[in-house]
Order: sequence, then C-alpha cells, then structure tokens
Amino acid sequence: MSKPKIVNLSRRAFLTTGAGAAAGLTLGVWLLTRGQMSGPAKLAGPGMAGGAHAAAGDFAPNAFVRIGTDDSVTVVCKHLEMGQGTFTGLPTLVAEELDARWAQIRPEGAPADAQRYNNLFWGSVQGTGGSTAIANAFEQMRKAGAAARSMLVAAAAGQWQVPAAEITVVDGVVSHPKSGQRATFGELAAAAAEQPVPEAPVLKDPSEFKLIGKAFLPRKDSRAKCTGVAQFTQDVRLPNMLTACVAHPPRFGATVRSFDDSAARAVPGVRQVLQIPTGVAVLADDFWSAQQGRDALVVDWDESNAFKLGSKEILADYRKRADGPGKTVTSTGDADAALANATAVIEAEYSVPFLAHAAMETMDCVITPDADGVRVINGEQFQTIDQQAVARVLRLKPAQVRIEMLYAGGSFGRRANPQSDYLVEAAHIFKAAGGETPVKLIWTREDDTRAGFYRPLYLHRLKAGLDANGRPVAWQHRIVGQSIATGTAFEPGLVVDGIDQTSVEGAQEIPYAIPNRHLDLHSPKLAVPVQWWRAVGSTHTAFAVECMMDELAAAAGADPVDFRVALMGEHPRERDVLKLAAQQGGWYEPPLPAGRGRGIAVHKSFGSYVGMLAEVTLDGDNGFSVDRVVIAVDCGTVVNPDVVMAQMEGGMGFGLSAALMSEITLVDGAVQQSNFHDYLVLRMDKMPAVEVHLVPSTAPPTGAGEPATPVIAPAVANALAAATGQRFYALPLKRAA
Amino acid sequence: MIELRVNGETHQLDIDPQMPLLWALREHVGLTGTKYGCGIGQCGACTVHLGGAAVRACSLPVSAAAGQDITTIEGLAAGPQGPVGSAVQQAWQDLDVVQCGFCQSGQIMQATALLAANPAPDDAAIDTNMAGNICRCATYARIRRAIHKAAQALA
Repeated sequence: MSKPKIVNLSRRAFLTTGAGAAAGLTLGVWLLTRGQMSGPAKLAGPGMAGGAHAAAGDFAPNAFVRIGTDDSVTVVCKHLEMGQGTFTGLPTLVAEELDARWAQIRPEGAPADAQRYNNLFWGSVQGTGGSTAIANAFEQMRKAGAAARSMLVAAAAGQWQVPAAEITVVDGVVSHPKSGQRATFGELAAAAAEQPVPEAPVLKDPSEFKLIGKAFLPRKDSRAKCTGVAQFTQDVRLPNMLTACVAHPPRFGATVRSFDDSAARAVPGVRQVLQIPTGVAVLADDFWSAQQGRDALVVDWDESNAFKLGSKEILADYRKRADGPGKTVTSTGDADAALANATAVIEAEYSVPFLAHAAMETMDCVITPDADGVRVINGEQFQTIDQQAVARVLRLKPAQVRIEMLYAGGSFGRRANPQSDYLVEAAHIFKAAGGETPVKLIWTREDDTRAGFYRPLYLHRLKAGLDANGRPVAWQHRIVGQSIATGTAFEPGLVVDGIDQTSVEGAQEIPYAIPNRHLDLHSPKLAVPVQWWRAVGSTHTAFAVECMMDELAAAAGADPVDFRVALMGEHPRERDVLKLAAQQGGWYEPPLPAGRGRGIAVHKSFGSYVGMLAEVTLDGDNGFSVDRVVIAVDCGTVVNPDVVMAQMEGGMGFGLSAALMSEITLVDGAVQQSNFHDYLVLRMDKMPAVEVHLVPSTAPPTGAGEPATPVIAPAVANALAAATGQRFYALPLKRAA
Repeated sequence: MIELRVNGETHQLDIDPQMPLLWALREHVGLTGTKYGCGIGQCGACTVHLGGAAVRACSLPVSAAAGQDITTIEGLAAGPQGPVGSAVQQAWQDLDVVQCGFCQSGQIMQATALLAANPAPDDAAIDTNMAGNICRCATYARIRRAIHKAAQALA
C-alpha cells in the first residue's frame, strides 16, 4: 500500500477551490482512492457496511481546509448534511488536528468533483450513504488539519526565527512561549501558504485528543436551523425562476396517452404545460399556481402496461415462491439433516410492507442555466451519479453540470436514488421548457408518498431445530423480496453471483454459533420502484432473525439474553452491547407487572453494534405503548458523543415508525396512502423515554446514522410477546382484536 | 390586494386570496423559514403565530390572515412572544435538538405558543400540544427536554 502523499496544488487548482480573495491558505491533499476502478465501475452503495477501508491506488487531489486572513477556518465537507451531523463531525476532525477554536470553524459544502471529494469507500464515486461519512473521512480530514497546522507552525517559526519544535498551537493561537510571540491563524495564513506541504503530516495519538470523543461541541447547523435562515432546496429563489408540479401516473408503468390542459393554462400564473417522460409538468410563477394548474389537468393515462397487483397478491406470490429453494447465499453443515434429527423444530414466517421514506422536505430540485452548462441546486446525496444522469438528459458533459449541495430536509436514503429519479425529472422539465429558465421542481407530499422508490416488501421464512439440551443445531432461512441494486449502476458491486447483498445483509452473518445453517434468496422482479431506506436490508433481516431467536429461547425454556450470550463466543462486540443494554435496561430486575413486558434485540449493521431493550405496556383497547428504550452502541471511536447519541435516539425513533404504524399498501397496483393522515409516522405522543450508552472503543469509527433503526422493531415485538404471551410476525405490529 | 402584517411589517400583495398563507409568506413576502411539509395541516412544519396563536399556514387562506399580526420564525425573537421564543430557541441550541432541521421552525413556533399559554407543561401536556408537529428525524426526546429547559429558564 502506498502512503498518502501531500503536495502543493497548482495555482489554478488553488483558485478553483472557490477560496475567494480573502483566502490565505488552501491545502491540496492528494489522498488514496481505490485502485480497482478501471473498467466497469464496481460501486458499493449505501447498502454496504462501512467496514472496508480504502485500498491503495490512483491518487487524486482533494481540498478540505481554507484559512482566511479573517482567522476563519473553512472546512469543505464532502458529505451531505441531512441531519446526521456531517457538518459537525467532519469539521471536528480538522479542528482536532489543527488545534483550532471551534468557533472559528465554518463548514462549507463541497462541489461535485469526484476527483477530490469521492467517498473513499466507494471508489471514484462522490456521495453520502451507508453510514460512511465519518468512517471513510476519519484519517483524510485529520490529515488535512494536521498538514495545515504544520504549515502554520513552519510559517511562525520562520517569522519569529525560532525552532518549530518550541511552538505550540492552542485554541487557534500559535505561540512561542519562550519569546512570548503569538499570532492567530489569520495573521499567519499568507505566510503559511508559502510553506511546503508536508508529505506525511503527523497525527495525534488518540490520548492527545481534545475534541474527538471529549467535549460537547455545538452542532454547526444548530443556530441557522433554529432561526429559519438555513437554506434548503425548497427555499431557493432565483430571478425569473418557474416552479414545476408534475402529474404522475396513478399506477407504476402507466404513460400519458393524451391530456387536456385548457383548464390548467387558465390558472393565473401558469406559464407552460409540458409532457415529460414521467408525466405532465405544469410550470408557473409560484408553487400555488403550479399546483392549481397541475390539479386542473385532465390526463388520459395509458395503463395497458401498468403494474396492477396489490400488496396482498404480492405477499401470496412470495409465499408460494418461499415453498421452493432460492439462490443459496450461505450454507454450512447440513441444515436439512440437522432439522430431521432435532428434538424440537420451530417454524416462523415474518413479513414487512413497502415503506416510503417520507422525509419532511419532499423531493425537490433546482436547475438553472450556468455559463457553460447548468447548475443543480439540491440536497445532494449522490453527486457523481446525479451529475452523469442530468448530463445525459441535457446532452452535456458531466463537468458541465455543477452541483450546489444544500442542507437536505431529511433523506433516509431517498435522495441517493440510483436512477437520480427526481433530478432527471427536473432536467427533463428544464430541457422541455427551453433550457434558459431556472426551474424548481417541487413534489407535493402526495407525489412524494405515491411516486415510489420504497423499502421493498419482504417475506422471511425460518425453520430452526433445537437439540435435547435446548441448543440450536439447525437454522434454515429463506428470504423473498425485490433486489434494490439490480438494473442500476450498483449492480456490479452489490449483486454477487445473483445475490443482492442488500437483500441478505444482517441475515448472512449472524452472531450466533449454529453448526448447520442455510440461507437462500428469491429476488422476484416487480415494477414497484424500490430503493434503500435507512439501514436497508437490516430493516427486515434484524426483525426476522431477532424475533426468531426469542422464539427459540422460549422453546428452549431459556432466558432470551442468556440464550443468545451462550452462542456469541465469537462475537464479543455484539455480546457486549447486548449485555450492556440488558444491564442498563434492568433486564435482570424483577419481572414487570402483568400487562407490561421487556424485549431485547441486538444487531450489527454498517460496522456498528447495537443492543436495544424496549419496555411496553398494553392498553385495554388492543393497543400498546412503548414506554422506554435503552440503547447500547459500539461504533468504534466516537468523534462527537452527543451527535452519536442523537443518531441513536432518532434512528431508533425512525425505526419505531415502521415498527408501530407505517405501511405503504397497493391495491390493484395503486398506492393507497397519500399524506401523513394515512401514511402514519411517529409523533411526540408515541416517543418513548430513551437512554443511550456508548461503549468506549479505540477501534476505527463506524456508522452511526443507520445502525439503531433496525433494532427497535424486534425489541418491541419481543417485548409485546413477553407482555401478551403471543408472538408477532408482521410489521407494523398489531395486536389481534 | 391583500394587506399582510408579518413580523411587524406590512406587505401589499397582489395574489389569489385563496392562496394558503404558507405560500404567500414563502414566495411573496420572501420568508422561507416556514416550511411546506404536507399541505393539509398534518405535519406542522408550516406553523406560524396568528394573533399569538399557533396556526398551520398551509391550510389557512391568506385572506383569512389579512389584517392580523403574523409572526414567523424569522420574527419570533423580536416579536410579541420574543422572551419566550428566544428562550425556546436558546434551549434548542443548548441541547442540540436539530438534526435535518426542516421541521424545527414549526416545532419552535408550536413550543413557544405552548409555553406562552402554559409556562410549566408536564410531559403529558407537551405530548398533547406537540403531537401535531412531525419530526422524521425523531428528535422528540430532545424537544421534550428543551421545552422543560426553556420553561425553567423563563420561570
């Protein structure tokens, strides 16, 4: 493996970082990218865990740090801030090694430039997902900060004519204690820019960390988001901009046969009505007019090729498929024989519905003409993919599509669409409208709920055998559900021997030693558009595996925690978070009174380990409440403890929506839900008390945004089973009337 | 012409009287801190104060708001509920409530109206009063804590 090499950027590259006249010091940092990116791209998408580290290969320049003569330290963040804290976490890494003052640090979104801002886990692709932001950038950002610090020190040493080793940097001030000399970063910026960039900047030993893992650092986006000034795509206003609303087909696969736009055109403010590949777009001076115009359209849809199955038929079909073997994912020992000889055999079938992401900011996108192409303004999660997709529609080169990354009002995977669906739609509208007028596409909540790209519906069938001592000897697991990656640019990287890794992650490797194990997969093709949804495959595999483990414990007459722990000898990190959640959650305290129950689950995803205990209380109405959740997480080195805790709280809450109430259902191919009155999500009154316990660790940092989400459903299902004596097999969880 | 009084300033708007207040504020007054989330009064992202009460701007025709004092997130700290609103905004920052932040203008406007009416709400009162404001990042636990913190700061 070659060492990362740091060199000075050329003058031209210096200017293109957008530093502006005030900038004194910009660092160009040549860093590692994956070498195996020649030939067809093999992309590891958001579904892939962040365990792999960047391999040696071609070098590409990156620029992350800019110190102004005004003493500001701008940290260029290559990852989207969609709530998960990247605009705090990435700057923390720079500030740590730079010994900067937190208050002088300013995050800035990176432009689309995969040469410099690629995700080091995704080869030559720039994008955010798979809970990789901190994990892939941990060393990269620290090196950028350390290099800047070293150049500032060298500049001071030169000016003061003192040895660099005698200089200290504390809270953004460079000092030479012996002589009493001191200077701010801003004062040294111009001189520092003249210094050679160190080839191998020395990083701090973790014992020297002052910020990483230590302090409560206020989020950089907190103030702007509390005062209404934070800019989202929905908020963009440009001169002469038109706002577009689109009439989408009522069923997937339907197309426009003809339309009557006379009423739409009569709406004041409506400027253009255009047919585009995904429907009919109405462009108007403002959103209200565009929406009124859209609603006044009369479209005759050709549904001859439309998808017309309902969720019930899909599930029935999946059950039939599950009667026969699928593609083998993993097989050890002889599960069939072990089942035949088992003392007890337990069978169970679990199912989960389609789910919408339902981010608070509906899908939206601005495209505006630029000097040599276009500028896309977006809560941008997939720069490289989106740049190419928009360029294809507009017949531009990817480099002619500049992308301005704004905050995203949530995403949960939705804005990382492998088809760039809503950006492509915006590009078609922009093009059809003549390509000279800025266009803002806004989806209504109804569009957002019905346009698809759902977490797929999945069916799991499990069969397990216990020996006479109550130990599991066989585990047979069959999964049926749509592949997310097939047919996308991510297929070569994510679909291995016909197995979409995102369909089986969390089921392929389980932390329990069971000698005879078989897992296979059916990947039926449906016209329902599907996509990764926060925590991806684990959202269903964790539910199936962890509910089944509780069933086995019950059949063995064992305590669910003890039963698991006895099988987890080779998985100490899973075991430890399970035990920590159990201890902190009062698992071994006296049983809860009748009508209440505790449940527990543990799961690894995105390189992180989460144990979760839930307490539920039944109510007389066949309902129940989740009262308290205790979370234990091991995500390696923690950069911002409070941000990780927030991701655990919120990630759990996001999963709790799916556990308790969210469901997209199809009837005759039509989506039944349209808005928050029927696509139900967690609200304040259902939010349990939650506490988070972080496992101290010096291991490399792993994901935080997603790993809490999949663990809550099985924890609650298991708690409900404890409270009711019945098992639960489908999400959202419903007690029988 | 619709005359709209927003954050102490008067605006003359030549717009459809049926246009929801939300879009008048966002696209004709130019105050984009108030967000569109659902359009049917289900999510609370568009919450503003009308004559001191929290209302859903997405479901209120602009004509119905004419002539009344409207406060948005941009004018909260300097408006009639300034001391309460500022305490809420400060508590939100002290506890780093926000994640994506898209719903938080509405959450803060709703929480301010709650505290103005009930200076020491218990968890049950918070749940009842805040259940109309969805946060998909599920920052609810911190919102609860921040409301208590703001209440203490104001006591």
